[in-house]
Amino acid sequence: MTLCVDVVIIGAGPAGMSASNMIHEYGGRAVILDEQSEPGGQIYKAIDRVMRDRPNELSWLGSAYHDGARLTKKFRSQAKDYQPGSMVWHIECRNLDGLYNIFYSQAGVSKKIETKYIVIATGAMERPVPIPGWTLPGVMTVGAVQSVLKNSGMYPSGKLVLAGAGPLVLQLASQLIGAGISILAILDTSPKGSFLKALRHFPRALFAGDYLYKGWNLTNKIMQSNIKVYRNVTELNASGDGRLQNLSFKVNETKHCLKADTLALHEGILPNVQLTRLLDLEHVWSPRQRSFSPVVNSWGETSLSGVFVVGDGAGVSGARTAEYSGAIAGIIILERLEYIKESQRDLIIEDRKFRRLLDEGIRPFLDTLFPAPERIGEVPDKTIICRCEEITAAEIREVVKKGCSGPNQAKAFLRCGMGICQGRMCGTSVTEVMSKALEKKPADVGAFRVRPPIKPLSLEEIVTLNDN
Amino acid sequence: MTSDFIVIGGGLVGAAVSYGLLKLGATVTILDEGDTAFRASRGNFGLVWVQSKGDGMHEYATWSRESSDLWPNFAELLVEETGINVGHHRPGGLELCLDEAEYMDFENSINRMHNQPNVAENGRRMISGDEVRRMEPSVGPEVVGASYCPYDGIVNPLYTLRALHQKCIESGLIYRPDHEVKKIIPQIRGFKIITNEGYFLSDKVILAAGNGNKALGEFVGLDIPTGPERGHIVVTERTSPLFNYVLGAIRQTDEGTVMLGATKENVGFDSGFNFEMAAKIIDKAVRKIPALKKLRMIRSWSALRIMSPDGFPIYEESSNFPGAFVITCHSGVTLAAAHALKLAPELLGNDFNGKFNAFSPKRFDVR
Amino acid sequence: MFDRFNENKNCLIKIEFDGTVLDALEGEMVASVLMAAGIMNFRDAPVSNTPRGPYCMMGVCFECLVEIDGVGHQQACLVPVRSGMSIKREKAKRLISDDLVC
Repeated sequence: MTLCVDVVIIGAGPAGMSASNMIHEYGGRAVILDEQSEPGGQIYKAIDRVMRDRPNELSWLGSAYHDGARLTKKFRSQAKDYQPGSMVWHIECRNLDGLYNIFYSQAGVSKKIETKYIVIATGAMERPVPIPGWTLPGVMTVGAVQSVLKNSGMYPSGKLVLAGAGPLVLQLASQLIGAGISILAILDTSPKGSFLKALRHFPRALFAGDYLYKGWNLTNKIMQSNIKVYRNVTELNASGDGRLQNLSFKVNETKHCLKADTLALHEGILPNVQLTRLLDLEHVWSPRQRSFSPVVNSWGETSLSGVFVVGDGAGVSGARTAEYSGAIAGIIILERLEYIKESQRDLIIEDRKFRRLLDEGIRPFLDTLFPAPERIGEVPDKTIICRCEEITAAEIREVVKKGCSGPNQAKAFLRCGMGICQGRMCGTSVTEVMSKALEKKPADVGAFRVRPPIKPLSLEEIVTLNDN
Repeated sequence: MTSDFIVIGGGLVGAAVSYGLLKLGATVTILDEGDTAFRASRGNFGLVWVQSKGDGMHEYATWSRESSDLWPNFAELLVEETGINVGHHRPGGLELCLDEAEYMDFENSINRMHNQPNVAENGRRMISGDEVRRMEPSVGPEVVGASYCPYDGIVNPLYTLRALHQKCIESGLIYRPDHEVKKIIPQIRGFKIITNEGYFLSDKVILAAGNGNKALGEFVGLDIPTGPERGHIVVTERTSPLFNYVLGAIRQTDEGTVMLGATKENVGFDSGFNFEMAAKIIDKAVRKIPALKKLRMIRSWSALRIMSPDGFPIYEESSNFPGAFVITCHSGVTLAAAHALKLAPELLGNDFNGKFNAFSPKRFDVR
Repeated sequence: MFDRFNENKNCLIKIEFDGTVLDALEGEMVASVLMAAGIMNFRDAPVSNTPRGPYCMMGVCFECLVEIDGVGHQQACLVPVRSGMSIKREKAKRLISDDLVC
């Protein structure tokens, strides 16, 4: 007996919660499958628990984080079919009746659900930043440190170095400063002249002026603290015996060395495309964000009728835009299910589209101020690109010399992307390295195919699936 | 651009044949499709398999056995020439049977093959469930017996393809990926091959494009009655070494992952994933080897086999347009050694059809 | 290595890592609790046998895999602690051979 429903929303971050809130607001029902144990996604991770158990931490976690409670409160009160801890591992399109089968795993037991509509709201991940030594324990991402901070009220206790560029670096630094945690150094990798280039987009950014104000505050806070900030950092290396111990890097040809226990890397974020690639949807390469994202129309629908992608998973635009996009997809589905009239639908959509347009005003400015790094295609030969199978940039360059023409052939020849993370950590880097080596645009190089299951699960779980 | 041979298709068949031709001093160009083409060579299981090959055509049984015997030296040659260990082993193979009917099928097949005249002996025999469990302690209680053949082996098909490509390119191969062949025009002497990226000239042309051969054959008077047959494969996480033998549809790679196969579906040119098929594969595998239950599946895929009506290879030189050859089979891994070392030299000779008479597609006209 | 802001809180949940008892609070993830106990080295990489620890803390890097209550390859960053959990560090390749003889 398979459950058949109208809508399944995958992900309970701002986009997923907002879609759910909209659908429930007008009497619809949706099943929400989220991998995490609490709603909020990455950005509002654990917000409800922080408010309940650690409210004193809210002051320095910041108002943007606190804002998430607005969504989670409504979400929890309305979404009766919210299923936390549910990992979706396969989606099947049924050609006969146009329905979709969603396979997911809960506490080691797999189930199947049939649905008419799917809202994919699986968000983004941080761009993996291959540097020599990045597989050492102690090398993490800025988002990882922030995630522990929000989720568990913990902070790195040893010597902490942040390296990279992007709003998230400023935000984490400011949060740690607020909490009184010391940061040994910030290594700013954004290239010279980014600010001047970004000024061109300043007028449009004024439409989302509160971001500029916040950014200004964050920057000030860091400048007023006595954290050592190195600018124009290049050639970052991590080393150590079984864990991170030393960092070296260059600033304008001068070599610097630091002792460190935790290194938090960050070079912007990428859409999480596992599900959209699994569905074999068309993807486009964004030269500005240096990432692939699925092609969607203005209300988030993909080339597969009834399948929507909303939020950062459809191209990185931040939490507020994600919220508007989630609501728009929700309202389209409500109308198709005849919960509301077309005129009502259009009214709400126009409102959300207008607000989204204003909010998106900040993007060109941000993307130019913190440009996606072009250097990943040029990382040193010895750098590990595929962490699972430990394939280096040199090995990828070598097979390219011997006629290998694309990521899928490289995967076959090297096992690169065949490991346990299923290509999540090396996919974009392989495209970048091959793009440079082949002298072809990333869009023409392409990307790994994604095959089910998109997360590992035990054979026993599959054998017993039909009993559930 | 002119070469002695143009090989259409850069999979295991095309690469093995090119390897052999280059060794004999011929100039070769491979025209290949792109990164996401249907590629049987990237989707196969990696068996160098003898025991079930040639039930109904003794020449195929002999040919498979010959290739299996060539493989140890071939693998050694490849590692010497490229530094790539293609992971060839020949521990012997067991086809496990879960019921008496399956057991009887294998037993009958052994008898039929044994009774074929002039067949190369392959040492295949049926063994009891208890004997199987003595040989392979991980085998579960549901297994009633197995068909055993000492000549069965395995190889890493992806590393084999990579090694062949590497050696060919080092030997002067002109390799052109993303070149889809649109048309073959026979000339007074030789062939003109039109691709999406311009044309190429050669004395001889070899169709090694798998399921693409059927359409290409029409340009050079070759009737190639093959079609796609979809197969699924499931792969687990790495684990410590599990088996003494190769278990047909269950094989552990040198890296430690366990591959589970193999299904047969006729769905046309669709390499999509069918969950029911994967579940069937896994169900059978864990009934055979219960401990596999604990392993995690990390990937699955499907690929399209290239099947002729009787399942045997098709080798033929066009009689209307001599110099145009077709080489197609669904056993590009098992036969890679034979294709490289035995078949390629015949392409330079003048009696190709005489040597491979049994594999001519004319056998399908007889009826 | 990580520390809690508020060490005074009663850590009511006890979990075990390779035989050592660790204190945890409700809602904390297994990975965070290990790191708060000074454990950064979660497993050995299957290819080079070198130590690995959490990288992304959001379920995409698969570096924080541990065995939890006998089930291998669990993403420690996604699993909240439960009282009595038994967690083990993972070797390069999981051994299932102990279970092989039926």
